[in-house]
Amino acid sequence: MFEYCADPSQLSGLTWLSCYLTTGTHFNFYWSFLTVLMLLAVTAPTALAFGFGGAMMARSPLLPVSLIGRGYIAAVRGVPDIVYFLFFVIALDQGIEWTKHLFVCDDLSQPVWNGTEFRVCPAAKVPLATSSAIWHSAYGFATAVFTFALVFGAFAANVLYGAMQAVPRAQLETGEAYGMTQRQVFRRILVPQMWVFALPGLSNLWLILIKATPLLFLLGIQDIVFWARELGSAKTSGNNPYPHGDWRVFYFLALLVFYLAFTRVSEIVLGRLTLRLSSGQATLGGEQLRKAGA
Amino acid sequence: MEPMSCLETIQAYGLRSLGIGERLLPRSDFTLCQHFTLIGSGMIWNIYFGVLALLFGFFLANALALAKASRSPWTRKPAEWFIFLFRGSPLFIQFFLAYEVLVLLPKAGINVMGITIETAWTTRAWAGALFVLFLNTAAYSAEIFYGALKSVPKGDVEAADAYGLTGWSRFRRVLWPTMLRLGWPAYTNEAIFLFHATTLVFFSGFPAFQQKGDALYYANYFADKTFNPFIPYPIVGFYFIVLTLLLIWVFNRINRYLNRYLPSNLTGRIRLRAQVIR
Repeated sequence: MFEYCADPSQLSGLTWLSCYLTTGTHFNFYWSFLTVLMLLAVTAPTALAFGFGGAMMARSPLLPVSLIGRGYIAAVRGVPDIVYFLFFVIALDQGIEWTKHLFVCDDLSQPVWNGTEFRVCPAAKVPLATSSAIWHSAYGFATAVFTFALVFGAFAANVLYGAMQAVPRAQLETGEAYGMTQRQVFRRILVPQMWVFALPGLSNLWLILIKATPLLFLLGIQDIVFWARELGSAKTSGNNPYPHGDWRVFYFLALLVFYLAFTRVSEIVLGRLTLRLSSGQATLGGEQLRKAGA
Repeated sequence: MEPMSCLETIQAYGLRSLGIGERLLPRSDFTLCQHFTLIGSGMIWNIYFGVLALLFGFFLANALALAKASRSPWTRKPAEWFIFLFRGSPLFIQFFLAYEVLVLLPKAGINVMGITIETAWTTRAWAGALFVLFLNTAAYSAEIFYGALKSVPKGDVEAADAYGLTGWSRFRRVLWPTMLRLGWPAYTNEAIFLFHATTLVFFSGFPAFQQKGDALYYANYFADKTFNPFIPYPIVGFYFIVLTLLLIWVFNRINRYLNRYLPSNLTGRIRLRAQVIR
């Protein structure tokens, strides 16, 4: 990056370090932090949407719908979620390719799952073997987001379901007494009031979501863990202009600091948000705010 | 080769995760029995990590909770930092970091006053990963116990004072039992959560020697070989649900013991609220 970096073997000390930390592969490492942030930015609203859907289903007066909602919440919570991560990445991939296989392939006589093989015709591969690397990584990222959203959606559904139940029944009845329909009561009274009850659970979930992002590595994404291992492993002078010993411990230390800082900042922001949402609510926190203001 | 009967499979692979029995893992014609046996054999490690980390972690957690509640900053600050360090960072990263640090220990052993202390065993999962899990669960449980200690009813403490109980005996007879009682439902969730976390061990730096791994390690092995995730992963799920139910039963028994002197309408039941990866 800098001009004086042309011949790394002549450098030493801080200049060497500044050149070392600005190599192309290091920029890949820095970009992967953005991948993590992007995953969080996409997953959090998606998981919230899944959770909202799950909670609404669990509350449904129709028994089958309610059972699906409850089943979704219960199934994800009893089993380690890493099992889901490993499972969905293959299952989703195979499901998509199998569906595509039924539509685009000419020869459907051969079974797709055959002994130790999963075989679809080349036209049914997702993404196609001929497509560019960007599509491959985009597809990988999309499956990862979907898996995260599915697992965390169940947790969010649990929190939101509890929050919806926590809204005082009298509030809803007041709405009904004013002649609102069920839908209006839900939209105008239940949803605005439930957030303050959901916030402790959701903030907890957000902190857990942050701490689950290193699992991207297991899903085959080139994330920060991947690059930390890649860059930190010992480099010999033969093929690398910046030879060094096994530095993985420093890279992982950097990741640890990153996560600690991220958690701390999140905690502070969520604390402020709780304060904001508590105002005007008929809860202990809201009452304290009212007294402080008066 | 003659296909093995299920009993033979159990004899060959039932203790495979400990290195006892058949050396080679099945390579073709995978049967459902092999799936159940090998993955079940891997559960030995999950139980090993979970039980020992929980047992050791319980004592450290109590000490940390007390330290965090103490008035002196010399004991409070280190406890706060320890808890923040382990609760604020992903367990996955903690495993990786611990492994890399342990690898850096001198291979020949450390010489302390003429006695050489071996270091090679610390990089093995049974020791290194257990140590990380122990510290991790201690931090999480300490936060739970600290919260419980803070919510011990004022009347209980005043009653202890009125009886003239002070210092250690006040803690031993009044504060500690109440703290455990109040924190127990949350601690149950933490225990379930810890058992779920043990599945991370062999996916995070710590290598499995001679293919001696945990339940998820073998499930992953089968899924890689058969390209069929629909059998091994649900089996892991099944084993974990059974384990979770067992844990809830044990912790409920303890909960009933902790609440034994209260009128029966006040004792709360433990609700399953397992959390996700830490």
